[in-house]
Amino acid sequence: MKLTMASSPHNHSHKSVSKIMMTVMAACIPGILVQTYFFGFGVLIQLALALITVSLTEAAVLKLRSRAIWPSLSDGSAWLTALLLAISVPPLAPWWVTVIGAFFAIAIVKQLYGGLGFNLFNPAMAAYVLLLISFPVQMTSWSPIQEIVTQTLSLADQFAMIFTEATSQGVTLDKWSTSVIDGATSATPLDSVKTSVSQGYTVTEAMSYIGFGEIAGLGWQYVNLAFLLGGLYLLKAKVINWHIPVSFIVSLGLASGVGYIIAPQSEPGTLFHLFSGATMLGAFFIATDPVSASTTNLGRLIYGAAIGLTVYVIRQFGGYPDAVAFAVVIMNMAVPLIDHYTQPRTYGHGANS
Amino acid sequence: MSQLKSLYLEGTWKNNPALVQLLGLCPLLAVTSTVTNALGLGIATLLVLVGSNLTVSVVRNWVPKDIRIPVFVMIIAAFVTVIQLLMNAYTFGLYQSLGIFIPLIVTNCAIIGRAEAFASKNTPLLSVWDGLMMGLGFALVLFVLGAMRELLGQGTLFDGAELLLGDWASVLRIEVFSFDHQFLVAILPPGAFLGLGLLIAAKNVIDHQIKTKNAVPAPEQVKGPRARVTNLN
Repeated sequence: MKLTMASSPHNHSHKSVSKIMMTVMAACIPGILVQTYFFGFGVLIQLALALITVSLTEAAVLKLRSRAIWPSLSDGSAWLTALLLAISVPPLAPWWVTVIGAFFAIAIVKQLYGGLGFNLFNPAMAAYVLLLISFPVQMTSWSPIQEIVTQTLSLADQFAMIFTEATSQGVTLDKWSTSVIDGATSATPLDSVKTSVSQGYTVTEAMSYIGFGEIAGLGWQYVNLAFLLGGLYLLKAKVINWHIPVSFIVSLGLASGVGYIIAPQSEPGTLFHLFSGATMLGAFFIATDPVSASTTNLGRLIYGAAIGLTVYVIRQFGGYPDAVAFAVVIMNMAVPLIDHYTQPRTYGHGANS
Repeated sequence: MSQLKSLYLEGTWKNNPALVQLLGLCPLLAVTSTVTNALGLGIATLLVLVGSNLTVSVVRNWVPKDIRIPVFVMIIAAFVTVIQLLMNAYTFGLYQSLGIFIPLIVTNCAIIGRAEAFASKNTPLLSVWDGLMMGLGFALVLFVLGAMRELLGQGTLFDGAELLLGDWASVLRIEVFSFDHQFLVAILPPGAFLGLGLLIAAKNVIDHQIKTKNAVPAPEQVKGPRARVTNLN
């Protein structure tokens, strides 16, 4: 007799943790490539630094906790954390910035809470916040876009810049970025618009400043487009749900649209907000972290919308140019509350009873 | 004698106001950015604690139960005022850098906690000893936390010690290592929370190790005859 199970689909997606992590990392590749194209090989050097640091840290902490090292390390979650952190720090930041951040992300934010699945906060973003408040100068000095620079740095010089804070000729990052083109600073578009507006310029004046593209800053808009592409692939591969990215983007778009209608002089507008800074990276790769994000569908909508709104409020009224990391870490704290109030109704319970 | 020793253990380790009771966190977290500040506030708190414990214990039989808390607060406030004026007179620099946190010693729950839990029920001698030990435990934690944060944040120890100890103390300043960029988070409030968390964790680890070391290995269970739980008939 042939025993077949026909009813109930019994479909297994064959997704393991490491497979999911690898898919997410693969989806980051277009973004990383575009970022490398615009900001130089520094991006890849930071990535290597972060990967080495998280591997060593994770192995050391697991050894301290007397756990098996390879099974936890090879699930890839630590490497994904390293990747997200490495593309968030400025490409030519000193090496110790990335190393401290990667160590903090794994040792304090992830392993002290009990490892993967127990961490309250998104490790990469908590580490980014730590770095931002500890080393504000290093963390806001993005190198100028390669296209507008008259002389590019060689690979060796970028190495030297990261490891010794100056090239072999003794040029520091600060000096280099002000010398290559007149008047350009190493601030990101979000940063320079914010500064100009606070100095009394209108947004149009600020945008016509050298180093700006048509929509959201040269380079930055393509970086964001690349991450959008990767994010759409993640949706297609069913690694993430649509709820968080969509509600994040809609809420940020609505908030900036309303702001633009009210004060067109000091508001850069919706497209600028959506395609500048870390918006797309945050919406698809960071806010969707399965551990620290909300787990119910309604909760995901609320969580994403709250992050979008927080990002807008901090970008526009706060002291920092970008706010994805802050918004994600703040909303991580609200996740248990959101989840508590958005539990879906179990079949046969609730409703009218 | 054994009671004195147990009070000493309670105050400095087992029931440490900062690490176990988690009292007085506001000054603990706010002023421990340098060793000097931490030590200054730790000593001030210790003196207030000893004075208030002694006074509360002396008057404990005359204070009506219903209004004991206001009376205790008045006593503590009087001692804090004395300390504040003394610091204003003799360690003016430290007085300025500690600022509002000196008068805020009044609201330090560790002090009123000891007055209520210990001094109002015990003899003056024991109360003074208890205040001394609790204050010592609190000051020690302040000192360690301050040292951790100062070392990580600016790479020095005893920076500005002359504010507390007089001009000769400027030789105490140790520059352990120097870096161009301060590790700001250690000096900012988050560093205090992280540092205190790590200290508490370290204490728990030590306690755990002592416990496992001292634990008598359980005698090997000899399997007895199986108990019959059902009736035979």
